[in-house]
Amino acid sequence: MKKDIILCGVGGQGILSIATVIGEAATAAGLYLKQAEVHGMSQRGGDVESDLRLSTEPVFSDLIPKGEADLIISMEPMESLRYLQYLSPEGIVITSSKPLVNIPDYPSEVTLSGLFSQVPQLCRLDIEEVAIKAGNPRGANMVLLGMAAEHLNILRPGQLRDAIRVIFSPKGDAVVESNLKAFDLGLESNK
Amino acid sequence: MLLGDEAVALGAINAGISGVYAYPGTPATEITEFIQKDPTAAARKVRSRWCTNEKTAMEAALGMSYAGRRALVCMKHVGMNVCADAFVNSAVTGVNGGLVVVAADDPSMHSSQNEQDSRFYGKFAMVPVFEPSNQQEAYDMVTDAFVFSEEVHLPVLLRMVTRLSHSRAAVEVGEARPGKALAPSDSKGWVLLPAIAHRQYAALVGKQDTLVEKSSALAKEEGAGSLGVIACGIAYNYVKESRASVRTLKITGYPLPQERIRAFASGCDRIMVVEDGQPVVEQEVSMMLGTSVKVEGRLTGALPRTGELTPDSVAAALGCGKAPTFKPVEGLPARPPQLCPGCGHRDVFKALGEIVAEYPGARVFGDIGCYTLGALPPFKSLDSCVDMGASITMAKGAADAGVFPSIAVIGDSTFTHSGMTGLLDAVNDRSNVTVILSDNLTTAMTGGQDSAGTSRFEAICLGLGVEPEHLHVVVPVPANIGQIAETIRKEIEYDGVSVIIPRRECMQTAKRHNRK
Repeated sequence: MKKDIILCGVGGQGILSIATVIGEAATAAGLYLKQAEVHGMSQRGGDVESDLRLSTEPVFSDLIPKGEADLIISMEPMESLRYLQYLSPEGIVITSSKPLVNIPDYPSEVTLSGLFSQVPQLCRLDIEEVAIKAGNPRGANMVLLGMAAEHLNILRPGQLRDAIRVIFSPKGDAVVESNLKAFDLGLESNK
Repeated sequence: MLLGDEAVALGAINAGISGVYAYPGTPATEITEFIQKDPTAAARKVRSRWCTNEKTAMEAALGMSYAGRRALVCMKHVGMNVCADAFVNSAVTGVNGGLVVVAADDPSMHSSQNEQDSRFYGKFAMVPVFEPSNQQEAYDMVTDAFVFSEEVHLPVLLRMVTRLSHSRAAVEVGEARPGKALAPSDSKGWVLLPAIAHRQYAALVGKQDTLVEKSSALAKEEGAGSLGVIACGIAYNYVKESRASVRTLKITGYPLPQERIRAFASGCDRIMVVEDGQPVVEQEVSMMLGTSVKVEGRLTGALPRTGELTPDSVAAALGCGKAPTFKPVEGLPARPPQLCPGCGHRDVFKALGEIVAEYPGARVFGDIGCYTLGALPPFKSLDSCVDMGASITMAKGAADAGVFPSIAVIGDSTFTHSGMTGLLDAVNDRSNVTVILSDNLTTAMTGGQDSAGTSRFEAICLGLGVEPEHLHVVVPVPANIGQIAETIRKEIEYDGVSVIIPRRECMQTAKRHNRK
């Protein structure tokens, strides 16, 4: 079994933390894993993307071939569409519904909705609002990971929760708990 | 789980290096950063401070090698241009302690100005080049490279590419061996006077067969089929990913093992060379095989001539590409990187914008750093960005040719890297340039590394001969934009060299300092 995941968003939104949590869970589960990241200049408010490849068999390419991504997980709605050609026919797009507008020509709400109509399997949620309501405005990325958790299949939500504990434990129990809460809210939003 | 860069770093620590010498540059920065934070490296007092530029790094590492210790040098591909003089000559002097030079290439120019391929430098200098295909090989090859370097008394160039440098995978690591200390060299071969250099160069040429034996031993053949694929470094992964039924010769070492390639080709109807970067191997293999067998690759159009390879471009070239279900979404606007909110460079560019509007003849020569983003909207303030330090020297040349006002914008770290010598030229010529040395107290673009000249810029400029009354320090905050513009205006009108230093800490490093 394999899971190819495209993680995307805008530089500074915390997509690398999502990748780190999934990476930790996959390592603990003994899966093969490759994770191509974006560093450098593009992290400054530009579009960012990371390829995560999880498998029970050895993984060769660090990059996901077009048409093979099982999931696109995006911190920003327009950014999720930028990688649509990578999505497999049965693939799912899981994205924040709230635009981050830092460019003059950002598409209108109507245009954006129109573009999303071509995505058969789509989960959208205002993750920022959920995170703010939960008292953890910086936890929007963990809400998003929660939304994706039941679609990962190769890892169970419990394994991701364990990984959140490991990754955030250096920052203290309070940070661990608030990230777990954000994750759980995302997980429940699917039900 | 290690980044390719971290695998190189850990490999070097475990191979017992005594020092790493580097200037930050994407995608190589993380190698040195890993060593700086590693407890084993700290316990062993591995020297790891950032250097002023790649040339000082390369030369210091060569000195460490001379003294009998293992040294690592790391840089991005264009850093090879900066250290080329030392690098090429280090092949002629040879080395004592193992010396490994890591060049991280950036095909597709994710964070660079060009796509140059460092394997050319290896060939040019006639040194062995290792090119790992994955994180594990990167780790293993570093140790091998140090051992081989000491065996053949040559530096070994380790070629990385962005997609390996910045991708994580599990790596099995060995023990940290203690640093090995040889006696300092007493060979006269280090004195490259013509008579000695002739001898040394002949010896270098004489070593080439040994190097070929090594790369021949590193090459691996597998699979069966009439199409023979020569896959170099990470390109091998894309060939495997495609699941094409081909015969593959995996190349991870140079100079090319010509005899193995000849033998491999004799059993194939057609050869496809798959390599990330420039068509280094394709060119050599085509020349070598002549018309005996058809050789395809980036030069023939079988693979794209520019940009990094992808699993898709390789699969298509091997005849097993699939059309994805979803088409790319048309018309999505690009989202280029931007200067951070509150960044001092923003205020500098706003002031500069006022000036440029007043002087129709104004030209602003930019440099390499975050502030290069000043070329993009909303500022559109820069007319050039070429290489480290080129702002001051190009402004000087343009001023010499009559451009007025001729303005240079350069960051603090870029200035010490390669701007100081150009400023000296401008002072000596009394060129009419206005230099804006935008000082944010760090090397910001690569993530906030120490900047070599912090707190000494006024002294450096004065020492180079800038007149005290034409050296100004300003604080770039929105309230001061008018004052900064006025200072620039005044100095433009001075017929000679002026330096204006807007100084305020980078927002990113300031945030980190406040958290501590």
